[in-house]
Amino acid sequence: MSLLNLTIAAAADALHAKKISAVELASAHNEAIAALNPRLNAFITTTPELALAQAKAADARIAAGEAAPLTGIPLAIKDLFCTAGVRTTAASRILEPFVPPYESTVTAQLLAAGAVFLGKANLDEFAMGSSNMTSGFGPVENPWKRKGSDARLVPGGSSGGSAAAVAARLALGATGTDTGGSIRQPAAFTGLAGIKPTYGRCSRYGIIAFASSLDQAGPMARTVEDCAILLHAMSGFDPRDSTSAERPVPDFRAAAKRADIKGLRIGIPAEYRMDGMNTEVLRLWEQGIAWLRDQGAEIIDISLPHTKYGLPVYYIVAPAEASSNLARYDGVRFGARVDGEDLIDMYERTRAAGFGAEVKRRVMIGTYVLSAGYYDAYYLRAQKIRALILRDFTEAFGKVDAILTPTAPSAAFAVGEKMDDPVTMYLNDVFTVPASLAGVPAMSIPAGLSAEGLPLGLQIIGRHFDEETVFAVSAAIERAAAFTAMPEMSR
Amino acid sequence: MSLDSATVRRIAKLARIRVDEAEVATLQSELNAILGYVEQLAEVDVTGVEPLSGGAQMAMRLREDVVSDGDIAEAVLANAPDRTGPFFAVPKVVE
Repeated sequence: MSLLNLTIAAAADALHAKKISAVELASAHNEAIAALNPRLNAFITTTPELALAQAKAADARIAAGEAAPLTGIPLAIKDLFCTAGVRTTAASRILEPFVPPYESTVTAQLLAAGAVFLGKANLDEFAMGSSNMTSGFGPVENPWKRKGSDARLVPGGSSGGSAAAVAARLALGATGTDTGGSIRQPAAFTGLAGIKPTYGRCSRYGIIAFASSLDQAGPMARTVEDCAILLHAMSGFDPRDSTSAERPVPDFRAAAKRADIKGLRIGIPAEYRMDGMNTEVLRLWEQGIAWLRDQGAEIIDISLPHTKYGLPVYYIVAPAEASSNLARYDGVRFGARVDGEDLIDMYERTRAAGFGAEVKRRVMIGTYVLSAGYYDAYYLRAQKIRALILRDFTEAFGKVDAILTPTAPSAAFAVGEKMDDPVTMYLNDVFTVPASLAGVPAMSIPAGLSAEGLPLGLQIIGRHFDEETVFAVSAAIERAAAFTAMPEMSR
Repeated sequence: MSLDSATVRRIAKLARIRVDEAEVATLQSELNAILGYVEQLAEVDVTGVEPLSGGAQMAMRLREDVVSDGDIAEAVLANAPDRTGPFFAVPKVVE
């Protein structure tokens, strides 16, 4: 039995039955990381000794009969979650020296459940990107390759390090964050399952802020059930996040194991069928519809009329919030500083040196759309259209229980492709951004391979706080797709 | 609406990001590409639509106005790029 290729559910069973130890499991992953991370760059910081210490404690807990489902499970943590005493960079040079004195709520809950942290996963700088090319600590390589080609592919972004780590069998699961698709698109690019839960389901406390009205934490793993196990541990009310939902956390794992989806109404939105759409993606979507119909779901054509405005709304709202959130990086209280002639000069030199090109662009766009004279024309108008996008979903969910769409417009692309101008890169998120703007839960499931041998994902979108239906429908896709492909390097 | 180079410099100033003269032209064309892309929002009829500021389906919660944390000056200062005693140190502001 390869310790690296277990699901979280199977690893937990083996740990509880004492067939394997948490120390063995952590050691195997530490070794895999040492061997492959120099090439993949999936982790910015690795913490092998800490992982072993946590694994020892997990073994003691299991021996004492006090194990939880995640006790002893080795995970990668996106380097956007503050971890007490472990450097947290957001993949930005401006936070290169930052060691948080406190723990994010989500990681604190995972630690309390007994999880083992292998290290801090790479990402696009401040989670701004769809390829992991904007990281201040170098790009991440996707472990997948096109058939017969050695071209280096991107893992997607922004949670690209998390995705590459789990796909390459360097971790059993990972935390990600999703602002406009940053869990779902990299999951699709690397053959993983990943869910962005309802806004408010996971606490944002201690997650370095990008766009606060959109940011949500969520899990990435190899199966729907593993995502359900992780999300259960990550979720719950937190008084330290003013937008945290004061609601009980349902049994997500039971939802993921629900045996059938008979009678569920699945919406197929006409507007996601776009001009010039990739035919493989279209064919997979049609296959997904057939899979759900064959399992007893009722397929209903629906309309989400404002879909095409999702991306432009996002590229006003997210940069506006980012320009405000990133004002704190001023070289005074934490992070890097570049000295200047006076205080203002120090701010300007610090931010010029510490931020990469994409972050600067977004902060400047955000500054502009919030500036006097332009606020109404850009920001206020975008917020109104955001309300229309939410209304589209609310009306659709009067008729259907979940919505099926593709996750991304293409399979993973190569380093250097789609990088001619910022807008071309932004188009990656065309199918994921609307659910983010509406705050509804959405999950990507690996559903097939492209002709070039690369994974493609389908997206299930659900009602606010109805992750259970999302998990049940995702599991139905997973059963039908029987996706077992692995990157060559991990076979 | 297209940004001229003076506006790009003004935005950089507002955003407190130092921009070298050589970078202005590139930034100008990139920012204009993004603004050109979002221009399509002008065609949507938003008459009578209330703006949506957030994803949370709830009213903002208030907490008790009491001290809930504190006395951790060393932890707060531990990441300071420069400090003098229990203070953050910055370049001289007042002559």
